[in-house]
Amino acid sequence: MNYNWDWAVFFKSTGIGEEIYLHWFMSGLLWTLALSLCGWLIALLLGSLLGTMRTLPNRWLAGIGSAYVSLFRNVPLLVQLFVWYFLIPDILPESMQTWLKQDLSPEVSGFLIVTLCLGLFTAARVCEQVRTGIEALPRGQRQAAAALGLTTAQTYRRVLLPQAFRIVIPPLTSEFLNIIKNSSVASLVGLMELLAQTKQTGEFTANLFEAFTMATLIYFTVNMGVMFTMSRLERKLRVPGLIALGGK
Amino acid sequence: MKKCFVALLIASLFPAAQAAELTGTLKKIKDSGTIVLGNRDSSIPFSYLANNSKPIGYSVDIAQAIADEVKKELKMPGLKVKYNLVTSQTRIPLVQNGTVDVECGSTTNNVERQQQAAFSLGIFQIGTRLLTKKTSGINDFPDLAGKNVVTTAGTTSERLLKKMNEEKKMKMRIISAKDHGESFLMLESGRVAAFMMDDALLAGEMAKAKKPADWAIVGKPQSAEIYGCMLRKGDPQFKAVVDRAIAGLYKSGKINAIYDRWFLKPIPPKGLNMGFPMSHELKTLIAKPTDKAAEQL
Amino acid sequence: MEFNSLIDALPALLEGLQVTLKLMVMAVMGGIVIGTMLALFRLSNNRILSLSASVYVGYFRSIPLLLVISWFYFLVPMIIEWMTGKPEPVGPFISSLVAFTMFEAAYYCEILRAGIQSIPKGQVSAAYALGMNYRQTMRLVILPQAFRKMAPLLLQQSIILFQDTALVYAVGLMDFLNTARSRGDITGELPLFLLSAGAVYFVISFTASRVVMHLQKKLAIAQAH
Repeated sequence: MNYNWDWAVFFKSTGIGEEIYLHWFMSGLLWTLALSLCGWLIALLLGSLLGTMRTLPNRWLAGIGSAYVSLFRNVPLLVQLFVWYFLIPDILPESMQTWLKQDLSPEVSGFLIVTLCLGLFTAARVCEQVRTGIEALPRGQRQAAAALGLTTAQTYRRVLLPQAFRIVIPPLTSEFLNIIKNSSVASLVGLMELLAQTKQTGEFTANLFEAFTMATLIYFTVNMGVMFTMSRLERKLRVPGLIALGGK
Repeated sequence: MKKCFVALLIASLFPAAQAAELTGTLKKIKDSGTIVLGNRDSSIPFSYLANNSKPIGYSVDIAQAIADEVKKELKMPGLKVKYNLVTSQTRIPLVQNGTVDVECGSTTNNVERQQQAAFSLGIFQIGTRLLTKKTSGINDFPDLAGKNVVTTAGTTSERLLKKMNEEKKMKMRIISAKDHGESFLMLESGRVAAFMMDDALLAGEMAKAKKPADWAIVGKPQSAEIYGCMLRKGDPQFKAVVDRAIAGLYKSGKINAIYDRWFLKPIPPKGLNMGFPMSHELKTLIAKPTDKAAEQL
Repeated sequence: MEFNSLIDALPALLEGLQVTLKLMVMAVMGGIVIGTMLALFRLSNNRILSLSASVYVGYFRSIPLLLVISWFYFLVPMIIEWMTGKPEPVGPFISSLVAFTMFEAAYYCEILRAGIQSIPKGQVSAAYALGMNYRQTMRLVILPQAFRKMAPLLLQQSIILFQDTALVYAVGLMDFLNTARSRGDITGELPLFLLSAGAVYFVISFTASRVVMHLQKKLAIAQAH
């Protein structure tokens, strides 16, 4: 093989102050986690709301939910971020433009915009998961709730949503893992998250494989942690009476 | 009669012996009947794709000359020339793993990369400078103190800029954008006051701007860098052919025609003119070709 | 004037769109087949099967696709060279296709698992009572329902894949989005090109999801339980 392996590369100086390349990976991981957690908060709240709206008898509310999903789900994330970062600020009033582009530090304004963009994008997907969960429930449950005299709000809060969320924990976990990975789009606006730092290290040291190995290990560890936690949660909250494990 | 036979024997052995001597890349090219050149998709005017997806540019012309030299060396006029698109991340691994035989784009020859790949004679020389609005009042690097500055992630400029900021306490706020196009958009949209990059690439971004006349390239060059073509390490036979091709362009003066075509005349796809006359440094490089990195000179 | 550069770039854009669609259709088909198998393995009582399936799924869900594609592209030729002594490049398309298929299988597996688990246990008992074996129960009773129930999510995952094909740029393959980006960059019209690309993605995904919804309504399970 022609490749020149050098695993000590992470401890080499980057040539900027006291920094070593390992610091880059750490700061990248922090950005990745911060972006995905904040984005997830927006996505989960907005997505659950929209997902519920889509299953309501009210046609207007259902329509808004479905229009939102159509728009945000069918346009690539990269294009959405481009619009949020490069095009929308230009139509804001002058004073807000200066605030966003000049007064805020580039990192803060980038962070705000990426978080918003990731949150809105992922909300469309969470919405679909929640809707699927609600619709997967036997219709009889809704009728039974109505027969018991529960209002629509009560039916959702006490009967449908608790079950729906439990059913869709596995796909929601996928979405959370996705947002962690999707946060790498932030490099478009100059936020150096984990993947950007990885490429950067590869560029500067020409030891791309070591950098990729490190990134693979970090993503694997973080996401395995998430999956482990979620699968414990899933087991704890499993709905009795549905196929639990195996076809027996 | 006997003498004649011996001579015949030697003559018949010789081409075989010569063919057996072929090693590394030349052997691979001969066996497969194909030479694979690495190209970039939007590195204007060095290596980019025309509207019909065909690779064009200054470095592509040089790569073509290398392919011609290989054809001559192997006596294979019918040798197939294939292009393989590379990005700044993939260029080194693809040269190493045998996907690409030689990559000519806008790749800086530096010490770190020499650990992984070999470089041909230098094909271009740049200085790292600033692109800014003519009205910005920025004339040189010290004027950047306290300002927002953009550069492209993973480039030497980024490292230099961060180092300068750290050492001279300039309190610049540095953004590392994903590629040159995005860096320029940040500048154009008023997020930053200046864009630091290789001067030839800055000229390319300026030529693409809506109003090229609004922009200026300023500042004392912070570093000099030599671009080279990349090939596999430890293959002197192939490197000799590559270097001979490049030296040939320099000696015959053909390089001037190639330079004019890409830097002083309208280029596809929109007929932009870079208007970037040949620098003194590049003239020196052409007169005295070297395969060293700028920092090794 | 601006739109001229868009029209000039049409051949390249169409070529990119072809790459995107070809990659997507092939990866969805492969992914669903492997994903269904994985879902059955995961829910099987055989510990080795279920463990290996969940390790597979866990691995592919936790690594960014970009890294999977890159590893495949860079390392496979090196492994071949190491084994045969001759470098043998795998094309970027094959690398991307294999990486995408393996990756999508992990996601489809999770969706189908959720689908299977949402079906009342009574159906399994009923199928067994009718004398069906495990295989028949799955094929004739459980899977058809799971597919229908999860159709929206399967569709969603496929739309995600349609957009994610942009990651093939990592191996130098020009799909639709990257062609648009690259042409936009070269001509200095990045906003125009990206917005137009976004519009094309929107139209294609939107139409596809409408068609699937229509089919789904036609196939809707009689909700009689």
